[in-house]
Amino acid sequence: MEITVNITTLALRAGFALIGASLASSALAADISGAGATFPYPIYAKWADVYKKETDIGLNYQSIGSGGGIKQIKQKTVTFGASDMPLTSKELDDAGLIQFPTVIGGAVPAINLDGIKPGDIKLDGKTLADIFLGKIVKWNDVAIQKLNPETKLPAQAIMVVHRSDGSGTTFLFTDYLSKVSPDWKSKVGANTAVEWPVGIGAKGNEGVANNVMQTKGSIGYVEYAYAKQNKLLIVDLINKDSKSVAPSAESFQAAAANADWAKAEGFYVILTNEAGANSWPIAGATFILMHKQPQDPAAAAEALKFFDWAYRKGGKMAEDLDYVPMPANVVTLIRKTWSDSIKGADGKPVFASTM
Amino acid sequence: MVDVTMSEATAADRARVLRGFIASDKLFHNLTRGSALLVLIILFGVMVSLFLGAIPALRAFGFNFFTTQSWNPVTEKFGALAPIYGTIVTSVVAMGIAVPVGIGVAIFLTELCPRVLSRPIGIAIELLAGIPSIIYGIWGLFVFAPFLQQTLQPALIELFGPIPVLNALFAGPPYGIGMLTASLILAIMVLPFITSITRDVFETTPAVLKESAYALGATTWEVVWNVVLPYTRAGVLGGVMLGLGRALGETMAVTFVIGNAHKINPSLLAPGTTISATIANEFTEAVGDLYTSALIALGLILFFITFTVLAIARYLLSRIEQHPGL
Repeated sequence: MEITVNITTLALRAGFALIGASLASSALAADISGAGATFPYPIYAKWADVYKKETDIGLNYQSIGSGGGIKQIKQKTVTFGASDMPLTSKELDDAGLIQFPTVIGGAVPAINLDGIKPGDIKLDGKTLADIFLGKIVKWNDVAIQKLNPETKLPAQAIMVVHRSDGSGTTFLFTDYLSKVSPDWKSKVGANTAVEWPVGIGAKGNEGVANNVMQTKGSIGYVEYAYAKQNKLLIVDLINKDSKSVAPSAESFQAAAANADWAKAEGFYVILTNEAGANSWPIAGATFILMHKQPQDPAAAAEALKFFDWAYRKGGKMAEDLDYVPMPANVVTLIRKTWSDSIKGADGKPVFASTM
Repeated sequence: MVDVTMSEATAADRARVLRGFIASDKLFHNLTRGSALLVLIILFGVMVSLFLGAIPALRAFGFNFFTTQSWNPVTEKFGALAPIYGTIVTSVVAMGIAVPVGIGVAIFLTELCPRVLSRPIGIAIELLAGIPSIIYGIWGLFVFAPFLQQTLQPALIELFGPIPVLNALFAGPPYGIGMLTASLILAIMVLPFITSITRDVFETTPAVLKESAYALGATTWEVVWNVVLPYTRAGVLGGVMLGLGRALGETMAVTFVIGNAHKINPSLLAPGTTISATIANEFTEAVGDLYTSALIALGLILFFITFTVLAIARYLLSRIEQHPGL
């Protein structure tokens, strides 16, 4: 029964992908074109749907992954690129790009263990890193048992599931592990794709979610929305302040609250292992990349208009999908960046927010 | 007089018509030659662009690219050994399963099967070839892999556990997906190619040869082994090579079930990766010139492997044709 449901959702997703592809080939001039991260795809699709009803302007967003988004915006085949991994200010300057965050989300470790209920099991960063390093191979390992004295853990082998494609979710996850485990930092490091010491690779958040659902004893990491939709068993994490937290919009918000956006050049902020008693340790913003001097200023203006609308009206929709909208003060900073940086050939800003 | 002018006029007409024919013949000749040359140009172009794209990686890693299995996008150290190993092992295992089964099915269809059944079975097998590989992938991931994880894999681990060498080949834990699952899916995918081609060539065996053998008292097995197979082995080999070509290059179905791990593990139950799966997984997200170049170099290697397989097949076929008695 579960399998049938999975196949249906998968078929639906494949269907959407097909529709997306056919739209891409027959994109109308009025449509805004963008490509990149899969992590924010659900919310961009939701915004686009409502925006289309209000303004009759559609968004053609290809969720091909952050790396693809960066490539496509550099080659100017799309109006905006989307990436979960922020570019450094040097990379931005070299390519003539600016970036701004749209929403905040989080990655969560999800497991499949019989007899374990949500909230039953928690891990700290070091233990999580040791599992993904292949140092801890059984669920009843002393390190895990010590963190969960109340829970009866089976003597089952741990199967690690990770992404096989490059991904911003992987970046957040490995960035967090690098911060909490020196061993991970020296042996593996942080990137959108890494050399995994153990485990099997699955394509996309859906792939990881499905592999975890199917395999007893598995642990994987997925974007929160996917874990929630697929009703995966989520592991609580012990954060920097040694407090056990469950992932939620509030705990992502708590992580974002401690970041200093104003001082970060090019909004380069990574929200992993943030301080704060309620902070979820694997949170991150997702970013939009645009050219400072767009080839087609009219198209760029349309794209900015869309994001301006999304900051004004999209907050509720984002929360419904378990993303955290950007705080108001950050949005003000973003609007300022737009008018300061994105200019047409005449040197005037291509878009000025009415707010 | 009149006759002469008439014939002169006809001659002129004929010459003109002939010239027209020659011109159109020439045009047709050049068109077809152009099409043939275009194939060569495209092939050459693919080879050159793969090679040019691969140069940065080959220059950076040299021969080590072919002998190391570290695939690290963070430090930009790339070695192709794990995908090469995975490609060859999955294809070889798949052929090991599909060739005997495929030829067996073809023998059944041509020699043993009642006529009423042979058509539907033949069509069903050809339909297998028409299923898109993504369907095999999804089916493999959702149905076949969990099934193997619960049945075949634990049985194999238990069966070969006490036997040295084989216990390394079938070492657990049973993940469900892995090299063996990929090989089994590949075997199912290449089976129709092998079966339909071998069946077609088996049918070309002259009835008089078979009947003579039967008249001499040969059993069905002896007829197949000593008459049909020797008579058709060039065609059978062709079918096998076509299947191998598909197995080597198959991407989507393998990506779903192989586990995509850049590691060489002696166990067939462990996750691995193939060249085409690696490219499909990582190309869109490959940031940086060296990463992209390493993936293109993988493509070049795959091109080289399939080219070699085809060349060997051609060579074997030509030998068989020259010495039919061998």
